[in-house]
Amino acid sequence: MVVTTHRPLPKELSDIQQEMEQHALDYGLDFFKTIFEVLDYEELSMFAAYGGFPVRYPHWRFGAQYDELMKGYSYGLQKIYEMVINTDPCYAYLLSANDITDQKLVIAHVYGHCDFFKNNAWFAHTNRKMLDQMANHATRMNRHIDTHGYETVEMFIDTCLSLESLIDPYAPHIKRESKAERKPETKQQEEEAGEASGGRFPAKNYMDRYINPDEVLEAEASQKREKAREMSDQLKFPKERMRDVLYFLIQYAPLEDWQRDVLSIIRDEAYYFAPQGQTKIMNEGWASFWHSTIMTRHGLTDEGLINYADHHSGTMATSPNRLNPYKLGIELLKDIEERWNKGQFGPEYEDCTDMFEKERWDKDLGLGREKIFEVRRIHNDITFIDTFLTPEFCYKNRMFSFAFNDSNKTYEIQSREFEQIKQQLLNSLSNHGRPVIYVQDANYKNRGELYLEHEYLGVELKLDYAQDTLVNLHRIWKRPVNIETVVDDRPTILSYDGKKHYTNSKEKT
Amino acid sequence: MVRRIDRDQQRFEKIIKGKVRQQLRKYINHGEMIGRKGRETVSIPVPNIEIPHFQHGEKGSGGVGQGEGEVGQPIGRGKSDGDGQGQAGNEKGQHIREVELTLEELADMLGEALELPRIEPKGDDALTSKKDRYTSVSPTGPDSLRHFKRTYKRALKRMIATNNYDPKDPMIIPTKDDERFRSWKTVSEPHTNAAVIYMMDVSGSMTDVQKEIVRTEAFWIDTWLKRQYNGIERRYIVHDAVAHEVDEDTFYRVRESGGTRISSAYRAADHIIQRDFPPSLWNIYCFQFSDGDNWGEDNTECIENLKENIFPICNLFCYGQVRSPYGSGDFIKELRKFEEEFDNLILSEIDDKEAIYGSIKTFLGTGK
Repeated sequence: MVVTTHRPLPKELSDIQQEMEQHALDYGLDFFKTIFEVLDYEELSMFAAYGGFPVRYPHWRFGAQYDELMKGYSYGLQKIYEMVINTDPCYAYLLSANDITDQKLVIAHVYGHCDFFKNNAWFAHTNRKMLDQMANHATRMNRHIDTHGYETVEMFIDTCLSLESLIDPYAPHIKRESKAERKPETKQQEEEAGEASGGRFPAKNYMDRYINPDEVLEAEASQKREKAREMSDQLKFPKERMRDVLYFLIQYAPLEDWQRDVLSIIRDEAYYFAPQGQTKIMNEGWASFWHSTIMTRHGLTDEGLINYADHHSGTMATSPNRLNPYKLGIELLKDIEERWNKGQFGPEYEDCTDMFEKERWDKDLGLGREKIFEVRRIHNDITFIDTFLTPEFCYKNRMFSFAFNDSNKTYEIQSREFEQIKQQLLNSLSNHGRPVIYVQDANYKNRGELYLEHEYLGVELKLDYAQDTLVNLHRIWKRPVNIETVVDDRPTILSYDGKKHYTNSKEKT
Repeated sequence: MVRRIDRDQQRFEKIIKGKVRQQLRKYINHGEMIGRKGRETVSIPVPNIEIPHFQHGEKGSGGVGQGEGEVGQPIGRGKSDGDGQGQAGNEKGQHIREVELTLEELADMLGEALELPRIEPKGDDALTSKKDRYTSVSPTGPDSLRHFKRTYKRALKRMIATNNYDPKDPMIIPTKDDERFRSWKTVSEPHTNAAVIYMMDVSGSMTDVQKEIVRTEAFWIDTWLKRQYNGIERRYIVHDAVAHEVDEDTFYRVRESGGTRISSAYRAADHIIQRDFPPSLWNIYCFQFSDGDNWGEDNTECIENLKENIFPICNLFCYGQVRSPYGSGDFIKELRKFEEEFDNLILSEIDDKEAIYGSIKTFLGTGK
């Protein structure tokens, strides 16, 4: 069931849409057919709550999201102007309350997004028929609800959502088939290792320390322990650590069929949305680049100018403790275009040490436009920043890095040095700002415990959340779960055995 | 049509209310609600309901920003503002949610939490009230009550049946016979009324803390009783050596001091009942709160008054003794002697704020 039947755009808007589409095509943008629809704020919030999709499975968090959007709007805290979903055809929703200049801007912006979705490499593997897929998910979910009851399924969805970010966003595509490594039989260890008495010869008491010298016994014992450790290494499973924790759980966790299906749905949707997180700066930057190009050259009427300037500057606003992806994206794209137009790249330019000459450098190559199209095709936020952020750019845009000062619980400006800024930016972008976590061992201690590893990059986990998440993980794995991380600068294992939480500093091995 | 999102939103609200229920005791003991008396709904802050993830904390976190400032200059507090957690600014800040609840909803939660029985009112059809209900449709009536849809449907049926209906020119003309009107029936509803008399000792030994406990408890008792009866009348008495009938507002605010003569309050209560609430028609509740520090020779008179005038006519007579640092707390011992004899006498000792919750259960748990 589709919530809104498609309503054709009113004449006024469809004229604008056709005009903007033509401009976008003239500039070489390339997009799937794009269907626009005008919605009031309530409808738009509803779509936004569902991630843009008219049909999703039922779950309270969509209601929570909607509630928040509606409240934010009624208190004047926030406003969504538009929303585009990555499908073929592309669907774009416009806010009916936008004035006509806003609509122009927004439509131009939308074409930027549509072009990006279609051409950026990171979206290449997304399902463009996701509307159908989402509806299928809803059907499957409803079937599970009919069989097992609303609350049972809801609770399980909550559990799965708690783990939804544990996917491998760099995997080229979702693995759907499994030629899985076989789960090893947990072997009973024949010999209990490590017991010092194991190798004792029978001896009379007073002779014992000659017949069974302590040093020898100790040496034998440690040899045995070593062997046991090797054996448990062989029992280690999976052989290589795995980034796609959800996939691992779907394959190996003791789940009922319907639970496995729910977890697969959560994972599918997480993969669908992942590239949007990976390309936020580029995608918004690209769309903003095109709305500003098209609007300033073609779209503006005299009376629209003020509204345009107001909206555009609102979108571009910066604040000290929050990086605006629209702003950074568009500025960096403009910078690239200019540099490639002037030939400010390559060994000759890089090797030049004269600041003044570098600034005046202009070979009139005119390669800028071509370059940014290439950039939008192959990069994600991380490679984008890594490749194109320059010291000059940081200086010009007054960028700085900041850090949390634990002593006074305040974020403070840390540095204005290029290398530091860049490193900090890359760190915060890595994995979309989320911790990177692997399955390290699913037979930890040879007891079938799950052992995850948090790849520590300088930022510690939020401890209470980590513990709550372990509880959810335990619900799925049903055996004790552990995660290795760093707490207070010390390697630490957080564990949960189904009843209690444990925090152990990791022994040095 | 129920929209998809409505269902999800309702579910979300249910979950939030569940949170409130979990923490009900805290809300009740805090007495925050009392200032809001008179309004129908209250806003209660509840922690945002979040699905936990493995996520970064503040320690070691940072990000990149833009703007002026020297190295070392603070740009934002941790925790409270939630932004700037080094996530390139695409995560939302944290919000505290406020949930809107009506006092009735809170009363129901309280009832559920304390497992309070519904009260069985006495003399259930002692009072009736008449109400008009629009339940039927008749062929005659005033134009203002014409049932448009029914009229239209009859006209349509008739025109189709008589072959007068032309789909190309779908004009429907109702005749006099087609017209239908809403009509009403007068129904009598049993209407049970309750009268509640609150008595509070405001003598010198009752400190502000004690009075606040009394007021908090009275507020919740009131909220619950209001839920149980169609109409509820309240009277308020404050006393030290003498008793005064006061209005609700004064009861919730007054400060007094002086000696204590509990019998004065009973006389006043008796007087009010005689004047306003004939016991055959009313469910009468008396709640008395004191630190139990009465004038010794007054006790005899108190008991006499209770046995003769009050116990025989009350659904419940509840005495709550609030522990005070100054009072002797003897009075409850006097009443204990009669606990067996009168099953409508309920006693409760309230040590501190935490005890309010349990005390309410003691008083209202009888279902009378």
